[in-house]
Amino acid sequence: MNELIEVESLSKHFGSIHAVDNVSFAVKRGEVLGFLGPNGAGKSTTMRIITGYLPPTAGTARVCGQDIQTHPIEAKRRIGFLPEGAPLYGDMTVLAFLDFIARIRNLNGAQKKLRIEYSVARMGLEEVLYQRLETLSKGFKRRVGFAQSILHDPDVLILDEPTDGLDPNQKHHVRELIRELGVNKAIIISTHILEEVDAVCDRAVIIDRGRVVFDGSPIEFHAKSKHHNGVALRVTSATAAQVTKLLKGLPDVAAVEQTGTSAGHVSMIVVPRNGRFIADAVGTAIRQNNVVVDEIHTEAGKLDEVFRQITVGEERSALR
Amino acid sequence: MRELIIITRRELGAYFATPLAYVFLVIFLGASGAVTFFLGNFFTRRQADLESFFGFHPWLFLVLIPAVGMRLWAEERKSGTIELLMTLPVTTTQAVVGKFVAAWLFTGLALLLTFPIWISVNYLGSPDNGVIFASYVASFLMAGALLALASCLSALTKNQVIAFVISATACFMFLMSGLDLVLGVFKGWAPDYLISMIASMSFLTHFDTISQGVLQLPAIIFFLSMMAVCLFINVQVVELKKAG
Ligand SMILES: Nc1ncnc2c1ncn2[C@@H]1O[C@H](COP(=O)(O)OP(=O)(O)OP(=O)(O)O)[C@@H](O)[C@H]1O
Ligand SMILES: [Mg+2]
Repeated sequence: MNELIEVESLSKHFGSIHAVDNVSFAVKRGEVLGFLGPNGAGKSTTMRIITGYLPPTAGTARVCGQDIQTHPIEAKRRIGFLPEGAPLYGDMTVLAFLDFIARIRNLNGAQKKLRIEYSVARMGLEEVLYQRLETLSKGFKRRVGFAQSILHDPDVLILDEPTDGLDPNQKHHVRELIRELGVNKAIIISTHILEEVDAVCDRAVIIDRGRVVFDGSPIEFHAKSKHHNGVALRVTSATAAQVTKLLKGLPDVAAVEQTGTSAGHVSMIVVPRNGRFIADAVGTAIRQNNVVVDEIHTEAGKLDEVFRQITVGEERSALR
Repeated sequence: MRELIIITRRELGAYFATPLAYVFLVIFLGASGAVTFFLGNFFTRRQADLESFFGFHPWLFLVLIPAVGMRLWAEERKSGTIELLMTLPVTTTQAVVGKFVAAWLFTGLALLLTFPIWISVNYLGSPDNGVIFASYVASFLMAGALLALASCLSALTKNQVIAFVISATACFMFLMSGLDLVLGVFKGWAPDYLISMIASMSFLTHFDTISQGVLQLPAIIFFLSMMAVCLFINVQVVELKKAG
């Protein structure tokens, strides 16, 4: 059994709000799934259902083959969960809190000590061990929340915005940790930071108003951009018109878009037809016509642009 | 059971991590001492018993029990830690009972700390220690029933102040339901069986029965089943409320 998380036609309605609407996906061992979507898309709600906090209106989720509704305790044993906003018992010290979670996770004696030490070291909590949780900074709270979720070395990790509020060093560190843990676990992380898709995820699922609107690899995500495999150029204003005309004439070029002007220069993107590879053709054309370019590079396709295209795009067509 | 004990321990620790525990203990001990020795005419009555001490407990509980119970679930919901707790491998029942037991043990500790008063009366005269023991049991059981009620009601809201107010009101109703003050509201329109049912729910009556000195089984069963019913409803409320 390879798929540790199976989400099947999951729906959750709050009154008339369809927070989650027929969502299905599965996550295999060794896979890190990035869960994206605009605010209020239903990411946290989906995670709350998978972790057994919320009962679904329809559909179900299974964790390591255990149905979260019929076998909640067995499923919860296998999950490490960082809830949104990392809620913690403010009146406890970091160590007392981790000890509490470890005990309830059935860790005892030497093993408990070992696991707490491991989590504390991985999240860099040594200096705050005896501090009360309510006095910690936001980033440290998040780190304690993360440490708590990995105490019992679970097969499945569900992390709701794990890098939110962390400093750049810690962000980098947590991403590396997720990568490392992702080798033999199934992980879902939700995030608003699109670079994290490239940095840590093997797969991205985008939901919008409760529905899955994209499910694929980061490369497929990039490829959704019309600028994927496009060529960005910067030329002088004097030659801009000539270059545009020249490149538009190439067979695989769909359009040439101006993206900006500055100090007598024009930036443009040559958009390929159907994402074809055009760098070579563009380069050849430029050389043959002796055009002077200040800058040239190929575009992978900007994720934020794809994100907007997928999520806002639907909104627009819905309005029409 | 293991999970229940772990939750109880954490919850007990939480009481002592805040000033609440100490404020509660000081008020409870101070007030019951003051009532026993001054208001209750302890010295002028020339009688060594703790009647006024125990007679004052229901009124003290009316204020203090909602204060202990209000945070049990309201705080958990307010801070969002309920999401953490309910995604740990524990059942809702274990969480509800574990938290309740912590609160009950805490009030038990407050009762236990009044032992100097018991010693004093023994020093000053020769009281019926059987009656005093029974009264302690009655007081502890009544505290438990009131706490279960408060715990259940605290799951209804995220706001501790609201939890306190509705718990205090409910505690008042249950304490007083045998008295004309409450029964008068029902008399005249409610059928007799309903009135006698309401009257039979009176905590005060059952409390008095036990503290007469005979550990009466029906009264004990009454308080225990009151706790069971409240905690059962508590579990349902917690599940219903988190379902959104
Ligand atoms: N308990 C609740 N009662 C009513 N509506 C709710 C409840 N919880 C969530 N919702 C609604 O469900 C929708 C999805 O919310 P959710 O928190 O899952 O979004 P999200 O994708 O996590 O957003 P964000 O990126 O802002 O964290 C929202 O419209 C929200 O208002
Ligand atoms: Mg969210």
